[in-house]
Amino acid sequence: MAELRLGSVALVEPAALRVEDLRTHFLTSDGIARAVDGVSYHVGRGETLGVVGESGCGKSVTALSIMRLIPDPPGRIVAGRVLLHGRDLLALDEAAMRRVRGNEIGMIFQEPMSSLNPVLTVGRQIEEVVALHGRLSAREAAERAVEMLRLVHIPEPARRAGEYPHQLSGGMRQRVMIAMALSCNPGVLIADEPTTALDVTIQAQVLTLMQDLQERTGTAIVLITHDLGVIAECADRVAVMYAGKKVEDAPVQALFDNPLHPYTRGLMASMPRLDTPLGSVRGTLPEIPGTVPRLSRLPEGCRFAPRCPLAVPQCREEPPLLEYAPGHAAACWRAGE
Amino acid sequence: MSVTAALPDAVRFRPLVVRRRGFAARHPRIMVAAVLLLVLTSLAVFAPLITQYDPQALAVTQRLRPPSWQHLFGTDAYGRDTFSRTIHGGRISILIGVSVAVISAVIGTMIGLVGGVVRWLDPMVMRISDGLMSIPAILLAIALMSLTRASVGTVIVAITIPEVPRVIRLVRALVLTVREQTYVQAAVSSGTRMPRLLLRHILPNTLTPLIVQSTYICASAVLLEAYLGFLGAGPPPEVPSWGNMIAENRTFVQLAIWNVMFPGGFLAMLVLAVNMLGDGVRDLLDPRLAGRLR
Amino acid sequence: MLAGGGVAPVFDAAPLPGPLLEVKDLRKFYGVGRGLWPRRAAATVRAVDGVSFTLCRGETLGLVGESGCGKSTAGKALMRLIEPTSGSVRLDGVEVTTLGSAALHVARRTMQAVFQDPYSSLNPKMTAGTLVGEPLVNYGIGSAAERRARVEDLFDRVGLRADDMAKYPHEFSGGQRQRLGIARALAPGPALVVGDEPVSALDVSVQAQVINLLVRLQAEFGLAYLFIAHDLAVVRHISDRVAVMYLGRIVEIAPTATLFARPAHPYTRALLDAIPVPDPRRRRRRDVLPGEVPSPLNPPSGCHFHPRCPIARERCRVDDPALRPLEAGHAVACHYAEEVLP
Repeated sequence: MAELRLGSVALVEPAALRVEDLRTHFLTSDGIARAVDGVSYHVGRGETLGVVGESGCGKSVTALSIMRLIPDPPGRIVAGRVLLHGRDLLALDEAAMRRVRGNEIGMIFQEPMSSLNPVLTVGRQIEEVVALHGRLSAREAAERAVEMLRLVHIPEPARRAGEYPHQLSGGMRQRVMIAMALSCNPGVLIADEPTTALDVTIQAQVLTLMQDLQERTGTAIVLITHDLGVIAECADRVAVMYAGKKVEDAPVQALFDNPLHPYTRGLMASMPRLDTPLGSVRGTLPEIPGTVPRLSRLPEGCRFAPRCPLAVPQCREEPPLLEYAPGHAAACWRAGE
Repeated sequence: MSVTAALPDAVRFRPLVVRRRGFAARHPRIMVAAVLLLVLTSLAVFAPLITQYDPQALAVTQRLRPPSWQHLFGTDAYGRDTFSRTIHGGRISILIGVSVAVISAVIGTMIGLVGGVVRWLDPMVMRISDGLMSIPAILLAIALMSLTRASVGTVIVAITIPEVPRVIRLVRALVLTVREQTYVQAAVSSGTRMPRLLLRHILPNTLTPLIVQSTYICASAVLLEAYLGFLGAGPPPEVPSWGNMIAENRTFVQLAIWNVMFPGGFLAMLVLAVNMLGDGVRDLLDPRLAGRLR
Repeated sequence: MLAGGGVAPVFDAAPLPGPLLEVKDLRKFYGVGRGLWPRRAAATVRAVDGVSFTLCRGETLGLVGESGCGKSTAGKALMRLIEPTSGSVRLDGVEVTTLGSAALHVARRTMQAVFQDPYSSLNPKMTAGTLVGEPLVNYGIGSAAERRARVEDLFDRVGLRADDMAKYPHEFSGGQRQRLGIARALAPGPALVVGDEPVSALDVSVQAQVINLLVRLQAEFGLAYLFIAHDLAVVRHISDRVAVMYLGRIVEIAPTATLFARPAHPYTRALLDAIPVPDPRRRRRRDVLPGEVPSPLNPPSGCHFHPRCPIARERCRVDDPALRPLEAGHAVACHYAEEVLP
């Protein structure tokens, strides 16, 4: 009955997108917030990389840094490389970067209502993206817009192209965002919490859609979410982030079977699940005590140590990201204990 | 590929530097406004101590003298010392400005609270305030002055009445917003009754924009008083208000420009200082409001 | 007032027999747009369309559904934070919907709420101690010193420190603010706490802390919870019974174990199917529920779910199913529920 999805194409192909030691800092009234502090990950053609973490971990800031959409001030990318098919995006000037955005990398955001322009029809918004990057005539662009709407399974696409965002439901708006992001056939799609604001039945539709499209077009997807269920459902590999750093990196099955980092373990344990047996007495959910540290006042050494049940004096020194199993790395002195 | 690709990292990545600056450096507007206001207010408050000339004292032998060491700002057509009159005039202007701001804020807030909270009274409150606002403030003030005898008190009343609707609108809009906030619902479900709800929950959250608006009303009132004085509908002629002074010395402007320039200049400085203070306080208390208020 | 500083339900002296909360046919309609005559709406949104359930002391009823199903509206209507259009809400035998303001004030003491957004549910201009102590002031409980002691006790019970009392809400994290909201709800000693998505806005790791807190407090004070949420896994963990809502109505209500093991309504099944399970081996190309929730302005005829229902028949288009009992404690609003059961 269960059908396993094929993945891991990336093992053979070179990475479509590779982020190397990215550092993005923000100037706040509290000091410098090191929102992304040495993060590296990569995703290959046709592969989905899940980036999971809670608020303040830097997963969205990493995505915005890749797209070079960090407002300066107060933020700035201070180090690192972002290689798109081998080309360093951080070295491009703004004009060249504009040709990349939407064209070679697409991005979809969490709140479809505020990401769509309320005064333009949805068809027009897709046409704009296409016209900006292609050499299509106005009519061809309009046709392409309708074609994209059909691709994302919006019923009556020709009619819907003339509607405004407020006339569509949340699920449909998100599909429009996907259509816009994919309209120029980018090699990489960054999806930042694409289904968090949607109902669970609509989420299922949108995730299925994204997987279908990926199979058809071979787009590499970076799926950013806090929901481990979505990760299990869609990702081939997973990067777990905490307080600006990547703490674990593994193929999805390995991550769920054998999480190495205490944070990953804590996260998985603290989530109520539908498949655990219901006892007669309501159990206590295992908690991770404390809260995420402020990015401007990070502790010395391992950032998770203040909350970690396995913390030892050695944790005052920052643990390196080491590989403990093929493709499975963790940043913890006591990984896997 | 562009040239920047060849630049080494040190040039491409500019580091973030934290620069700690003091309050004065971060809020220049408030500092300038505060200093200016301090100077003007001091001059006004200590006026009798600063100058030995009585602002009403006539000295027909000293008419229309230009500024000198004896008469810092010169004299007017009746020989009265302009410096003395100017800083005494400051008293009037500041008194009127502050009184109008405070009274209109209090009255406007009371009415605005009622309008925002008591739904069936709301349309009536709004129509009355809309009606008042549709009459230009200066005309309304002149009309009101024509009904009574001129005095500083009646001028204050005449200027307050056109300014009250502005406060009513602001407070009512704020109350409508605050009322929908979850913490108000939470207070209701905790058993909070209307008086406490208004006083502890709704009112404190309307104060910030109200304070800012009050400073603008103060500036506007000072100007209105000057207009009224200029048109002869303001304080009685012997009172040395800036409007009166400009009106009286209008005819001699080519002979003795200082009699118009000094009161006018002080008027401009006071209004500027109050407006700057309002802008600065607005930005300080809630930076997100900057550019939206007014 | 209890000696010993404990916070106990108000009506503990002689709890009346019968359920704590009885909701019958609760309805809340909104008029939308303007018809020809002033005051006549052009259309009606039936946000809550005949909701009935009971809740006993110490019990947790989870009320779930997707956006637009009316669960939050139902919660607010039964608390009279918004006025219900019709229906009956009996709190400990007292009919709440017809109470005058003085009597409602008294009734509110028994029925408190915790809200979803930790950022907007606390007055930013009041200190934490004042906020939590406000219900005590409202109900004239104790002297100032006694109130202070009570607030300190509450802070301790929700895991906050006494010196946090002087701080303002913006100085706390989201999870801590939610704890403040819970402390505030407990202050007057209610028997029922209505939680309107109390953990939805929190991070996963903080969620677990607050859920554990809620469970612990329930045991300590014998509270009844009406837990309104959209996250079924959380609801499953905390609830004794669960009611599923769709377009303003309850379509299924059952004890938790039964609902999750043997869901009878096709919508419940679809909902459970759609939730991604954190186990990659259980990944499958599911039969995704098609379509969208219909607009409440224009609900489908007959059974509201029929356009999306995998087992819809002719009768479903015409005949609106009522909530009927299927087995002990398990009621469902579907004509063909028996066929769906395994």
